[in-house]
Amino acid sequence: MNIHFSPEETTFQLEVQQFLQKKLPDDIREKTLKEIPLTKEDFVRWQKILYKQGWAATNWPVEHGGTGWTPTQKYIWANECADIGAPDVIPFGLKMVAPVIFTYGSEEQKQRFLPDILASNVWWCQGYSEPNAGSDLASLKTIAVRDGDEYIVNGTKTWTTLGHWAEWIFCLVRTGGPEVKNQAAITFLLIEMNHPGITVSPIMTLGGHHEVNEVHFNNVRVPVTNRIGEEGHGWTYAKVLLTHERTGIARVATSKKRLQTLKKLAGDTCDGDASLLENPAFAQKLAEVEIDLLALEFTELRALAAVSTGNAPGPESSILKIKGTEIAQLIDELYMETAGYYGMPFVREQFKSGFDGEHVGPGVITSSVPRYLNNRKSSIYGGSNEIQKNIISKWVLGL
Amino acid sequence: MDFSYSEEQQMLQSSVSKFIHQDYDFDRRGKLLDSDTGFSEDNWKLFAELGWLMVPFSAEDGGLGGSAVDLMVVMEEFGRGLVVEPFLASAVLSGGLIASGANEAQKRELISLLMEGQLQLAFAFAEPQSRFNLSDITTKAVRNGDSYAVNGHKAVVLNGSAADKLLVAVRTSGGQHDCEGITLLLIDANTEGVQRQGYATVDGHRAAEIKFNNVMVPVANRVGEEGAALPVIEQTIDRATLALCAEAVGAMEKIYKKTVEYTKTREQFGVVIGKFQALQHRMVDMFTEYEQARSILLMAALQLDVNNGFAPKAISAAKSRIGKAARLVGQEAIQLHGGIGVTEELDVSHYFKRLTTIQYLFGSTDYHTRRFAEH
Repeated sequence: MNIHFSPEETTFQLEVQQFLQKKLPDDIREKTLKEIPLTKEDFVRWQKILYKQGWAATNWPVEHGGTGWTPTQKYIWANECADIGAPDVIPFGLKMVAPVIFTYGSEEQKQRFLPDILASNVWWCQGYSEPNAGSDLASLKTIAVRDGDEYIVNGTKTWTTLGHWAEWIFCLVRTGGPEVKNQAAITFLLIEMNHPGITVSPIMTLGGHHEVNEVHFNNVRVPVTNRIGEEGHGWTYAKVLLTHERTGIARVATSKKRLQTLKKLAGDTCDGDASLLENPAFAQKLAEVEIDLLALEFTELRALAAVSTGNAPGPESSILKIKGTEIAQLIDELYMETAGYYGMPFVREQFKSGFDGEHVGPGVITSSVPRYLNNRKSSIYGGSNEIQKNIISKWVLGL
Repeated sequence: MDFSYSEEQQMLQSSVSKFIHQDYDFDRRGKLLDSDTGFSEDNWKLFAELGWLMVPFSAEDGGLGGSAVDLMVVMEEFGRGLVVEPFLASAVLSGGLIASGANEAQKRELISLLMEGQLQLAFAFAEPQSRFNLSDITTKAVRNGDSYAVNGHKAVVLNGSAADKLLVAVRTSGGQHDCEGITLLLIDANTEGVQRQGYATVDGHRAAEIKFNNVMVPVANRVGEEGAALPVIEQTIDRATLALCAEAVGAMEKIYKKTVEYTKTREQFGVVIGKFQALQHRMVDMFTEYEQARSILLMAALQLDVNNGFAPKAISAAKSRIGKAARLVGQEAIQLHGGIGVTEELDVSHYFKRLTTIQYLFGSTDYHTRRFAEH
């Protein structure tokens, strides 16, 4: 056991730093650091730069165009990206559907879909949750009825993040008659969004953002060749995807960067005769979060190391989701404490690119409350934290 | 000892409650948020007609007596309805400063207009650097003959854009943090050199950044003695803090109950989720927090009316404890509602937003915990 980088790893870190300094566009970096939402074009532009470098897919095997990085390399990459202000890649294609395709898809499907995902030519979104199937995902009602070489799909998916930008959606649908048990009736379909039977309607969230949508399917015809694996096996594939989603969800590097920024902001904030950073109650809370984050960083490294020795991420990855979101939400609250009265203004225009009016309040801190509000979703999505606890109690503790 | 409301208080409560039920549903409130002013002038007139704008004022000033318990009764109902009319900013906070700081002539002129609903006021105290420290004031007023020249920047002034007149805490002497040397001026909002930038706040209320650029204010518009305004300001902010705490308790009651109801109807895994013990215990915690919040609110209201010197400490105790409760009840309401809880379309998220800003307004939970310890 040791904590040090090898000489090769140090060289790699230097290479990453140089790449980011040279290739990360200034406007994207500035938006990321100022927490201004990126446009679709921004994401695609950055992901295509990564593709050109061969670094778009950090969790794919080399044979499909992935980096094949070790856990340490992934750790270095995540930290350097957060530190300089490089945005996270959009996970739906690269981190969610791609592992399902390269693990369970046919050769034809691999050829057809993976190159466009790798090159960010196609925007994907996720069709899992439904209005009445949230935590109990397996009770989903969107139905696919076989008609010759096609399925006819009807139903509604919800919480579809950035679905309004997507060209393809991967969906869990119900096949087979009502006699088939919940999980055994679920099939995994890839569906092109430009079908006239698909409508996307926005859901406004409490921070005033339009990120998520409802997606309605009305007699949407999907070729059987767009089915992953076998009919009725979709639940197995979906679970693999969910564990992949859960490891990314810890967002340790992002939380580290935010804590670093927060310390600077709190140091610059007057609190009576001293700075807020010197306020004992604030300092105590900050230290507690920082300590918990240090522990989580090592929990994540342990999980990554286990994966690299050939194990798929296990139910322990649920810990990463629970702790990662709890810590991020506590950091949100420390930002609000730092903002004081300047957490209150809700001036949307000033967080859009190109705003040239007079900014209310000092910069990034004025978005602290909307960010806190918006980030409450993180303990709900990706399998709520309560569901993660059910997973741990059942599959780890055997209760 | 008696914790029941008097007959008058019961009548006041039922009149506000009736208004919320009949005229202040979620959709109507939503339309108000989208309007230019952010609240309804008609509602404001109705508040005046029904005598609610008289609640903060003593009988000598022509009001209903000005008891803290009366104020609590009104604000709790406003909390249940998430009322956005500027009762707190204009009547309680600014009206309170006039009532306790102004001379008889000023009172006669302003209080009756306030109670009749013909005057909107705002109190500009916070500054970009001040956080919650009421004595941290850099906005300067320099006296020259019969007037003051005012320069400075006031931050997040509640009701700042709708106000006809502004009460402004300025420094007439001393250093930035000194308790002495703070003066209150009444400034017509349209005076030359007053620059207002209005905006909505995250909870659906309205506020403004206000800059003063060589604004000339007649000495006659000073409220109270020169340099001695801080005690009046502190006392009035304490009263407004109590009102805010009552609003929080009303809002908390509403959403803990809504959460319980929701979990009785939302089915997952073939049962209503309210059957899960893990969730039941969390709702019990919400209920317990709400009850503790209500208790400390009553304590603080009664202490404020006794006026024996313990009031500031009691107010900080209430703000600290209620802030803690508001955090837990708000966060759990969202979490137990799941995805639907984070949408704009459901009222729960709007209660959550208000319960979030309340935790910081007039001093955060940490600020008041410390003030309690130091007092």
